[in-house]
Amino acid sequence: MSASKKTEVKEVKKTATKAPAKTTATKAERTKMEIRLTGSGGQGVILATIILAEAGVEAGKFVAQSQAYGPEARGGSCKAEVIIDEKPIGFTKVEKPTFFMALTQKALDQYAPGLSKHCIVLLDSSLETPECLLANKVYKAPILESAIKEVGKAMTANIVAVGAINAILNLVSDEDLHTAVMSHVPKGTEELNEKALKVGMKLIKK
Amino acid sequence: MGKTVLMQGNEAVVEGAIAAGMRFYAGYPITPSTEIAEQSAVRLPQVGGKFIQMEDEISSMAATIGASAAGVKAMTASSGPGFSLKQENLGYACITEIPCVVVDVQRSGPSTGLPTSPSQADVMQAKWGTHGDHPVIALSPSSVRETYDLIIRAFNLSEKYRTPVIFLMDEIVGHLREGIEIPDPKDLEIINRPVKKFAKQNGLPYHVEEGEWVPTMLPFGQGQRYHITGLAHGESGFPTNDNATAGKLVRRLIDKVEKNYDDIVQCEEVMCDDADVVVVCFGGTARAAQSAIEQAREKGIKAGMFRPITVWPFPGRELEKLSKKVKKIVVAEHNDGQILLEVQRVVKNNCKVDFVGKIDGSVLTPPVILSKIEEE
Amino acid sequence: MASELIDKYMRPEHLPHIWCPGCGNGIIMRDVAQAIENLGLDHDKVVIVSGIGCSSRAAGYMDFNTIHTTHGRAIAFATGIKLANPELNVIVLAGDGDISAIGGNHLIHAARRNIGITVVVFNNNIYGMTGGQYSPTTPRGEKGTTAPYGNIDRSFDIAGLAYGAGASFAARGSAYHVQQTISYIQQGISHKGFSIIDVAAICPTYYGRKNKKGSAVDMMKYQRDNAVMQDKAVTMTAEELKGKVIIGVLAQVNYPEFTKEYQKIIDRLGREAEERERK
Repeated sequence: MSASKKTEVKEVKKTATKAPAKTTATKAERTKMEIRLTGSGGQGVILATIILAEAGVEAGKFVAQSQAYGPEARGGSCKAEVIIDEKPIGFTKVEKPTFFMALTQKALDQYAPGLSKHCIVLLDSSLETPECLLANKVYKAPILESAIKEVGKAMTANIVAVGAINAILNLVSDEDLHTAVMSHVPKGTEELNEKALKVGMKLIKK
Repeated sequence: MGKTVLMQGNEAVVEGAIAAGMRFYAGYPITPSTEIAEQSAVRLPQVGGKFIQMEDEISSMAATIGASAAGVKAMTASSGPGFSLKQENLGYACITEIPCVVVDVQRSGPSTGLPTSPSQADVMQAKWGTHGDHPVIALSPSSVRETYDLIIRAFNLSEKYRTPVIFLMDEIVGHLREGIEIPDPKDLEIINRPVKKFAKQNGLPYHVEEGEWVPTMLPFGQGQRYHITGLAHGESGFPTNDNATAGKLVRRLIDKVEKNYDDIVQCEEVMCDDADVVVVCFGGTARAAQSAIEQAREKGIKAGMFRPITVWPFPGRELEKLSKKVKKIVVAEHNDGQILLEVQRVVKNNCKVDFVGKIDGSVLTPPVILSKIEEE
Repeated sequence: MASELIDKYMRPEHLPHIWCPGCGNGIIMRDVAQAIENLGLDHDKVVIVSGIGCSSRAAGYMDFNTIHTTHGRAIAFATGIKLANPELNVIVLAGDGDISAIGGNHLIHAARRNIGITVVVFNNNIYGMTGGQYSPTTPRGEKGTTAPYGNIDRSFDIAGLAYGAGASFAARGSAYHVQQTISYIQQGISHKGFSIIDVAAICPTYYGRKNKKGSAVDMMKYQRDNAVMQDKAVTMTAEELKGKVIIGVLAQVNYPEFTKEYQKIIDRLGREAEERERK
């Protein structure tokens, strides 16, 4: 226990030498989901990625969730990301989004140029699709409007979005998603958010 | 092993610290470390511990040391500007040998810089930030799970060697959420400071037993009275102007860390056995480097990664050995070349040393590191 | 009596102290010891915390758990000690520069928090350790080595400042008024909350010489002859109070004490956890 001069205990160094991951890497590319959600601060896109990450954990997958934001608590542009993979995740930031969502025109215009044609895109219906958007698959859904009109609270837009995203991507089971949402919403708002989740799922026609 | 839970790096600091026995936290809000204060405020009173939001960073460091002198494992956390303010009292903890853990979630500087952007530019500050010659132990995690384990180790080293331990995080890991399995508390090794009463009242609180590196410690209020001072002191704990006594103290403070290299220093080598090129990096940068070396391997380049887990003391012995086997080392860090200086000092002419850094607040990406690996 | 007090509460092996002949610090240090003796505090449960400066050396001479910290930060260290172990009687000994200049922020916030520590200020109106620079309590017009043409700053009333910031006990004593000062320190230590006793010290070596105040004896006589009790002082004008040494309890109020309030949170959370388990 003491820092003794005599007992120099050499702790075993953590020397993880992994075999080259040649074959698994190509396979991993197919299963790796790189999700980027954008909007303005206060819309809850960070929480949306946290819920998706939580659902990923529930489903037994590796996840890495992070965000970038400006100094404003409300109104500034906000980018949140989550990577969901079958194998341990190296770089924790999204490089080539496989899924992108924008809730504001400003965020869409900012990030659209970096998206490949393979990226699946979900836009709020109120947004205008910029010409530079190459994505083959673009969903438009009234996320913000549904939150206000169908759910009855604008602030549930992020949960509506979560429902829609999972309906598009089939990331996790509805049950895992429900558990994840419930563990992250304030007490007393469970019913409201449950409704928001259902509304979101229905926005995407299977 | 328990259930896997989604946890943020900053939260893992608090959960790991509580598992290590932290029962006191003093802090001041600052991005990107604020979640550590917030989580401590929630969690500590639940386990009978104390949280206090102090009036500034200086007093946070002071209160942390005070609590530890009263016998409670204590921690404070901050980021660049606040870490600068903590430096004087950090030196006080060094010379008085009061254990504590100081977390620095690095952000882009200098000064206020880019508060929400990652950086690793406090490496040299962690070593030389407080004035005077002094020992430094600084640990840097590269995942949320490692954050949990390593903060426990930070407390253990701090208690064992009676020295402040710097937990050098970065925004990448601090704000990253990953799924982690929380270990069973029964499986954890927890080290507590060597507590022992002195031979007599007002005895020799800084007397070091033959064969030991640090004196035993009796918290305030436990039946023996003694003096603690930031002035140079002998084993009585009282100030002295005697050069020999002062020199002996500083020598021991440095040696208790440097001479226990094998016990303290940790590093990780990934795919280094057959590597021609090795990326040297620490903390959050290792995540990009991991992807970069995997991509290099796919291209047929034998790449590996060497990661200091203890940034200080720097794992120079291990790196020196490695540098004799490889053709090139690429140092990757979110600064303008700080660990680079240590690498150059250690590697000398054994192999080529290249550098790739970031000073604009953006994140080093795998392709950027990969292109450095590929460069002739 | 004095020698008994020294045997019981001082560390004779570390005496004589470093203070100049005629310095008021020794008297105030003795006042603190006498107050502790009068209160019958458990020797081992008293922690003396000091910062940097002449008066801060007192910690080393007093036979308690003593900690001589960094300049200005004694109250912050004391806050950590008190919160970690509220059983301890934590007493801060500090100079005027230490407590109201570099440590001013900690003073007002500890007062605001009303954490149960006692601060005794050795207020000699000058930076003595560094050789006589003007301090926040140097009166306007007086000299220091860094105010060679006379100080143009207004001076702080430390007890008033602390009271204004929320201290629940504030008093003023002087090196001359030993019995009163001992009583105020006693009251401060017994008080449940943040207490401060601002004691007018004397520094014949720097402040006295720089400002032609005469010998140490002259400076003590000045305190004797110019003392005004707090009750009377409140009826006097600022002009009338110029140059006076105010003595007495400025304020004593009951506010909730910080560490007790924190313990209530811990207890409440504990009860709630128990209830949850029972369910």
